[in-house]
Amino acid sequence: MANLTLVQAINLALIQEMERDDRIILLGEDIGRNGGVFRVTEGLYKRFGAERVVDTPLAESGIVGTSIGLAMAGLRPVPEIQFEGFLAPAFDQICTHAARMRSRTRGALTVPLTLRVPVGGGIHAPELHSDSPEAFFAHQPGIKVVMPASPYDAKGLLISAIRDPDPVIFFEPKRLYRAFREEVPEDEYTIPLGKARVVTEGDELTIISWGAPVVQCMNAIESSGKSIELIDLRTIDPLDTQTIVNSARKTGRVVIVHEAPKNCGLGAEIASRIMEHCFLYLEAPIQRVTGFDTTMPYYKMELEYLPEAERIGKAIEEVAAY
Amino acid sequence: MPARTVFTASIESVSILDEHGRFDAQLGADLIPDEDVIKLYEAMTVSRQFDQIAFKLQRSGRMGTYPENRGQEAASLGTAYALNNDDWLVPCYRENTGLFWRGLPMEYILLHWMGDERGNQIPAELCITPLAIPIGTQLLHAAGLAWACKYRKEDRLACTFFGDGATSEGDFHEAMNFAANLDLPVIFLCQNNGWAISVPTKIQCSAPTLAQRGLAYGMESIQCDGNDIFAVVKVVKEAARRAREEHRPTFIEAVTYRLGDHTTADDARRYRDEAEVQLWMQRDPLVRLRNYLTERKLWNSTKEEALQTKAKEQVNAAAKRAEEIAATPTSEIFDAMYAEIPDEVRRQRDTMRTSSLGQEQRGIEASPAPSVEETV
Repeated sequence: MANLTLVQAINLALIQEMERDDRIILLGEDIGRNGGVFRVTEGLYKRFGAERVVDTPLAESGIVGTSIGLAMAGLRPVPEIQFEGFLAPAFDQICTHAARMRSRTRGALTVPLTLRVPVGGGIHAPELHSDSPEAFFAHQPGIKVVMPASPYDAKGLLISAIRDPDPVIFFEPKRLYRAFREEVPEDEYTIPLGKARVVTEGDELTIISWGAPVVQCMNAIESSGKSIELIDLRTIDPLDTQTIVNSARKTGRVVIVHEAPKNCGLGAEIASRIMEHCFLYLEAPIQRVTGFDTTMPYYKMELEYLPEAERIGKAIEEVAAY
Repeated sequence: MPARTVFTASIESVSILDEHGRFDAQLGADLIPDEDVIKLYEAMTVSRQFDQIAFKLQRSGRMGTYPENRGQEAASLGTAYALNNDDWLVPCYRENTGLFWRGLPMEYILLHWMGDERGNQIPAELCITPLAIPIGTQLLHAAGLAWACKYRKEDRLACTFFGDGATSEGDFHEAMNFAANLDLPVIFLCQNNGWAISVPTKIQCSAPTLAQRGLAYGMESIQCDGNDIFAVVKVVKEAARRAREEHRPTFIEAVTYRLGDHTTADDARRYRDEAEVQLWMQRDPLVRLRNYLTERKLWNSTKEEALQTKAKEQVNAAAKRAEEIAATPTSEIFDAMYAEIPDEVRRQRDTMRTSSLGQEQRGIEASPAPSVEETV
């Protein structure tokens, strides 16, 4: 056991997987000598060499497109896109090819890549370094979307993502990179994709969240004094409908919290699934606490945009009182 | 201080058997044995027949949109001939002749255009990626496949095909740049057929050749007569040597012409002159090779007649196999999405006939996963 930050937990997972499987190669911008702009790949270039930790040209479509080729050839590429704001140039390769290759070849070719992407706001970063685009990719069939909210989960989920036979986007909430430490086992372990985590059990109200806002939810719950069940989705696609439904039926009151804009955010899909399966159990309308339907503001105002504990607290009050 | 010239370059263009039937005995010496030239001519003829029958299938409503390969047979065929059978072929959609040469059963191409994904379910040993419909995106896959060959220290390369239009795409640039800077064994085979649907090459590139684009990446680049199979084989062999021995990519501009429409949904008369088409008819790679063989007494009308009959039989047999292939259950569209089907996708699969969108929970028997029980 070691007390690790989320950055260290991911670094450890990469080391252990790379030692175990020489099909894994890392590629991306500044991930080699520089160890990544967030130092996630610190020390890996030295440890595994330039053939396995590759500084690529500055080209996101190129990083994902060549990773698709590497994966189709049977390797296990783990490309990094430096910030989620720079995913757009790679969107074509992700959605046009990575997500569809298994289906369009009826399994003759597959794309087992894990695309690591720092995500979200809250670190005073420049423009296009703070967005939450997970719903774009959840909407695309054929690709899995994962977002850990703790160092322990980050390690176990990343190992599962790397071993998964299908393409996975692994979003790393930058706000949590060094926000806190947690006991993370040295030994390898996996956390299954598609399974949510019940962070705190409760019976008055359910909060569903993922990524950095999970921490805000914990703060809001603590100050609410209520018995609240907090679900951290861990995997956004496929959604763990069963865990969501079990909790919604138990509490009858649901708040969904995410950083991404409200319109067509994952919250809408989750609310709809709850309606499909829990309509008669509900005591109150499902409420969403989300980013706003605006562009992500520059950092001076980012904390007003992000779903902070205070705003989550208001939703708790409203839904509980309904 | 006067400015110095820091870089100069030129582009060579290779022609061995020209449109007038002149053969460069020096460049063409020991390049392709006569028996292989005959086989290559036969392959072109089968491909031309395939086009005709595919066109009829489309016109009679038995197949969807189809892009003819007519006029461009030599470029992909010469390339496939010059490479090893375990080199990756990463095509777009006008390389039938080369893919058939590699061993792709013809019904795969028909199935693809008949709207059946099994046309892309290409046997692994053929080392062919499925037809790429978006323009230029597959170039990066070729770079990645080549990268994997190099990483594993395999004596293999990847060759990708694309048109003049693709050289305008960003992925073209990224693929060329990756391949050159990371030393990847890739051959970029551009079939410059003059037209990207209705847009002429001069709108894609205002330089005199497309080939010179490769120079900007520090890559060996060459042009060849893409309707001259000897020239194609010559330049691809050299590119393959460079890829294997030096792990260096090559950009080849094969100058050719699309004699047919872009696809069966297109009418090229709307945008190009008949005189231009007639000019290129004189440069037809198939006619050129037949004349060459005939002049060398390696071919005659009796052989031609037998070949035409055989080609028709072969293509018709492939069409029959494609049309008579057993239908797959609709469930396959769900089952093919992931290695392991997610619960929600499973529910949609199992209830697609009994509910509006797989929301009904009753009667899910095929589903072994824990399902959300019926609540209403």
